Amino acid sequence: MSVFSDFDFNIIARSLPYLFREGMTFTLTLTAIATIGGVLLGTLIAMARLSSLPVLPALAASYVNVMRALPLVLVIFLFYFLMPYIGQWILQADRPIQVGALSSTIITFTLFEAAYFSEIMRAGIQSIPRGQVAAGYAIGLTYSQMMRYVVLPQAFRNMLPVIFTQMIVLFQDTSLVYVLSITDFLGAASKVGQRDGRLTEMYLFAAAVYFIISLTASMLVKRLQARIAIAR
Amino acid sequence: MDYHWNWAILWAPSPDGNGTYFDMLMDGLKWTIATSVCAWLVALVFGSLVGVARTLPFKWLARLGDAYVELFRNIPLLVQLFLWFFVIPEMLPHDWGTFVKQLRYGPFLTAVVGIGFYMSSRVAMQVSAGINTLPRGQRMAGTAIGLTTAQTYRYILLPMAYRIMLPPLTSEFLNTIKNSSVALTIGLMELTGSARAMQEFSFQVFEAFTAATVIYLLLNAVVTIGMRMLERRVSVPGFNAGK
Amino acid sequence: MPMISIRNVNKWYGTHFQALKDCTTSVEPGEVVVVCGPSGSGKSTLIKTINALEPIQGGEIVVDRVEVTSPKTNLPKLRARVGMVFQHFELFPHLRITDNLCLGQQKVLGRSREEAMEKAMRLLDRVGLKDHAEKYPGQLSGGQQQRVAIARALVMDPVCMLFDEPTSALDPEMINEVLDVMVELAKEGMTMMVVTHEMGFARKVAHRVIFMDAGEIVEDAPTEDFFAHPRSERARLFLSKILQH
Repeated sequence: MSVFSDFDFNIIARSLPYLFREGMTFTLTLTAIATIGGVLLGTLIAMARLSSLPVLPALAASYVNVMRALPLVLVIFLFYFLMPYIGQWILQADRPIQVGALSSTIITFTLFEAAYFSEIMRAGIQSIPRGQVAAGYAIGLTYSQMMRYVVLPQAFRNMLPVIFTQMIVLFQDTSLVYVLSITDFLGAASKVGQRDGRLTEMYLFAAAVYFIISLTASMLVKRLQARIAIAR
Repeated sequence: MDYHWNWAILWAPSPDGNGTYFDMLMDGLKWTIATSVCAWLVALVFGSLVGVARTLPFKWLARLGDAYVELFRNIPLLVQLFLWFFVIPEMLPHDWGTFVKQLRYGPFLTAVVGIGFYMSSRVAMQVSAGINTLPRGQRMAGTAIGLTTAQTYRYILLPMAYRIMLPPLTSEFLNTIKNSSVALTIGLMELTGSARAMQEFSFQVFEAFTAATVIYLLLNAVVTIGMRMLERRVSVPGFNAGK
Repeated sequence: MPMISIRNVNKWYGTHFQALKDCTTSVEPGEVVVVCGPSGSGKSTLIKTINALEPIQGGEIVVDRVEVTSPKTNLPKLRARVGMVFQHFELFPHLRITDNLCLGQQKVLGRSREEAMEKAMRLLDRVGLKDHAEKYPGQLSGGQQQRVAIARALVMDPVCMLFDEPTSALDPEMINEVLDVMVELAKEGMTMMVVTHEMGFARKVAHRVIFMDAGEIVEDAPTEDFFAHPRSERARLFLSKILQH
């Protein structure tokens, strides 16, 4: 037991409020907003990709393919530095504007994850039999009504387990904001560990927390999947 | 946009004294490739073993395989790298720990092991899924002509399963390349890390990251084309793996 | 000494569903036995217990003096001597026809490549598919694939052959080419157990017919007796349905 004998479990107990109130709150906020934003934007991209308009499908496809070819770490850096300039351009300001860490990462993750969610939504839309589309038009719906009331609800429902699975991936990916020295859950654990020279305890604890949350969530997704399978 | 572009910066000497900034990025690319390929080998070997184990008719072995997959799948890669880099050496007996910490290519080796095991859980899921999509009768037909379980896997199930798995395995390999960038956090100067260093030294943010972006896109295209060629080479006439 | 002897075989799926109920029968050397019955009656399960592809929970099966159910039996060795043909052919799609035929010979029987190839070509010739030797299964029609599957079983020099609904996955126009090969085989004196609904085949070559229903062997009679006066109501009903057209 020599390995664990000089473990300081107190450090974890003492830093719990900081770890969760600061760190986990950031992590979960980022996860939730980026998921919602990513699904919405992703659905639009998927529709653009499947549309019969000129240029739009190719544009959407390039966006998705480029995003999916790049490492998230690179995209985090790139957008972090790019955003002040884009803000300047949009606001027509004299100099690059300040963008806070939270807004910067929220925008980055939303744009990045939208590429992945769009692939999920595209598969979902394509899984709807063409007869449904025909039936929608047949009762006199317009394209957008047909999408809104017939195709998308079914596609979304069919893809719900996959969307949640991607959300778990996203939850784990948020730890990469560490590269911007942001205080997410891992960042908080890392800061405490470095301050007190207790990296071992803090990283083990962080791993355990991520593991429990992700595993629980993925077991819930499995249950959801079974339920949807029965309902069909 | 009010940004002063200066592409010539790529040919300016870098402060690390080993040539230009472009050379620095190329060095980064080499580390990215070396790390991805080595980690991928680790992932393939362990992923295949665990993936096969999950399809064998022994309940306890399948459970063990499931536990392996869940363990490596549900902890963020960055945290796993930190565990391998900071925590594991502390938990080893003192002499071993010191030895590990003083390894010359510590960040590289840690990245290979860490990313390799992380990806192995994903490979394992693909391998099990690939084997399970084969018709049950194939296993029976192998058994019926007298093949042992090992022979049935070796000659019948695995050759088919790997062909079916090739497209998903391609995207897992691409994921491995992308994931190698996470190793910059433990000091590996791979491509993203090199771009970051170039940005810090030269203050030319967008040249650095644009160059890295282009290199990643090229790498992605090369791997995709290579795998397509492989797919075509091993495809079986009359058998559509997509079915 | 019967080639195949099945005594009091019982099989359950889980704890509730009994797939085989106390089945007893035997097949003499050179005998051709057809097994029929409604779907879900357990006939496919029964034939798969003979080479232990399906485990059983009670009873005893002996094939060519080897006790299948004994834990000491070398199953791969036994299975190599029992040829089996499946409903969905189950050729190995990634191997050429010749390699489909050589795999078992080389890996299980330890024959040399040359020996295996020679045997394979001889049997391909016999089922009329010599010209297709270098193709892959996916390039052949269903009937051709099933003839290859029969050849794959025969190259192992089996002491008996098991057929599990060999024609029921085939388009009607391909059924006869497969049945012809089987009739030929029966005439040569091969011991055969055939699960099938092809009553014409049964009449022509079977020595005995076994009728199963709900996991039980309901009737086990010489072919003429079975068709002329089936004893059970269930067999009569089955025959009237199947022979209607």
